[in-house]
Amino acid sequence: MIEAQQLTKRYGEKTAVDGLDFTVRPGTVTGFLGPNGAGKSTTMRMIVGLDAPTSGSVTVNGRRYAQHRAPLQEVGALLEAKSVHPGRSAHNHLKALALTHGIPGRRVDEVIELAGLGSVARKRAGAFSLGMGQRLGIAAALLGDPQTVMLDEPVNGLDPEGVLWIRNLLTQLASEGRTVFVSSHLMSEMALVADHLIVVGRGRLLADTTVRDLIRETGGDTVKVATADPARLRDVLAGPDVVVTGRVGSEELQVTGLTAREIGLKAAEHGIALFELSARTVSLEDAFMELTRDAVEYHGTTGVESLGRPA
Amino acid sequence: MSTTLTTTAGQREAVPARPAYRVTGRRVLRAEWAKLWSLRSTWITLGLGLLFLVAFGLIAATRYRSGIGSGRMDRDFARSTAVSLSLFGTNFAQLALGVLGVLVTAGEYSTGVIRSTMAAVPRRLPVLWSKAAVFGVVALVLGTSGAFVAFVFGSRIVSGTPAALGLSHSGVVRSLLGAGLYLGLVAVIGIALGALLRSVAGGISVLVATLMLIPGLVTLLPSSWQSDFSPYLPSNAGKAMFALTQDSGTLSPTSGLLVFLGWTVLALAGAAYRLVRSDV
Repeated sequence: MIEAQQLTKRYGEKTAVDGLDFTVRPGTVTGFLGPNGAGKSTTMRMIVGLDAPTSGSVTVNGRRYAQHRAPLQEVGALLEAKSVHPGRSAHNHLKALALTHGIPGRRVDEVIELAGLGSVARKRAGAFSLGMGQRLGIAAALLGDPQTVMLDEPVNGLDPEGVLWIRNLLTQLASEGRTVFVSSHLMSEMALVADHLIVVGRGRLLADTTVRDLIRETGGDTVKVATADPARLRDVLAGPDVVVTGRVGSEELQVTGLTAREIGLKAAEHGIALFELSARTVSLEDAFMELTRDAVEYHGTTGVESLGRPA
Repeated sequence: MSTTLTTTAGQREAVPARPAYRVTGRRVLRAEWAKLWSLRSTWITLGLGLLFLVAFGLIAATRYRSGIGSGRMDRDFARSTAVSLSLFGTNFAQLALGVLGVLVTAGEYSTGVIRSTMAAVPRRLPVLWSKAAVFGVVALVLGTSGAFVAFVFGSRIVSGTPAALGLSHSGVVRSLLGAGLYLGLVAVIGIALGALLRSVAGGISVLVATLMLIPGLVTLLPSSWQSDFSPYLPSNAGKAMFALTQDSGTLSPTSGLLVFLGWTVLALAGAAYRLVRSDV
């Protein structure tokens, strides 16, 4: 469980993280999304105490990270790749981390196997590829068998097999009841693993929602209809939750609140000819672009405090 | 109420499956010990440091012996003792040890390991104390043994010359121990400078400036200032720790030790302040 309250980080004039409030709950994979420079990494660094918040606070399992007796057992974090000395072997790197907590040597071997680094564990980490470095970072994150796993852009530099491995790992960790918090700037990747999403842009919270709700909110269930008699079709489709829009004089209508199937049936029932009937599918990518574009536009204007934050 | 109790009991049963790890000062010390020895550069630099310490001492002793009969030796060199000749290598060994000290801390910033280190020990200061203790003791042991080895062989080379001294001669053992202690403290200063500046290049520059350049620059000052000022410089106070004899312009070994210790504490305090106050 990670809880942020009005978490803010300023670097001089620049505000990297601006009053973030969110909760990351156990048992699910929570995606942390935003374009580059949205403040994701800074937020994660504040969670593990590498950066001190300018104001506000963030706690892990009810306490500030630094106040835990065994921090690596609370949160396992992969921050930027390669937080390893190039001259030290993967095994020695993990062993040094383990020693600080009294974690036994067999756990070091376990995570090395888990991350698939068995054959290179005794080699100097400087020779590692980006993907191997990433695997080593994940091994380090899992070392303390932590309740909360936090990974910053874990699929960076991984080959397809590695990406699949990460996806399965994340799902498995969440199913074990752990809190899993994963950042990415790739919505498509998140769509495959995350149940819950926290979307940020320019340091502000844009959405704290589920994947399904996000798609729906950004117009995922709109149906495009073309008909000979738009006026009559409007009347036929009218209902409490139904919104029909369309330009005057155009044959095309946009309908939300009904499925394509329902529209087709109603039209047939009333004998209205349809030329086109298609559900407009919005990908998570589109939904994400929509959200973050708003954030950028919002920053172009001034004085509209609440626009960027749906309640 | 009863449900609450059962759930708590249920959780209690689940807890023993997770071992209770804990960060302690001793464990951080062990981790830093392991980190120090798991890098090849440690072995190489320590090897060089020991080589400099012993080899340059023996070279100086040999040169003295061959020069003593010729009468063309410069006056300062002619006043040398077996101690000053054997400890000639301290100048070079201090560079190796100080630079390695800078690498131990600043190297963590340049490679990014510092993020792993501080995530594991978010209270941070135990890491600095452990690094200083581990590497300070290693340098102390290496410096002391190097000084004794250099003296044992160096004094044999110069036996029968005016410089000849034995281990039992008054002040000799104190000087040799002082040299080891000096090198140990230089190592700690290296650690502190690396942590304070967070840059390998910056740390090494300041170290070299402090130990080797500033004493030279001070000679440009008016001589009345020089005599007030110069004995308290880190390099001169440090040298007083292992000088066999003192003159009016130098501190006694004990005051030298205290002054040099003061500089070390100052550097460590600066490093600790920056470590606690600024983001990693």
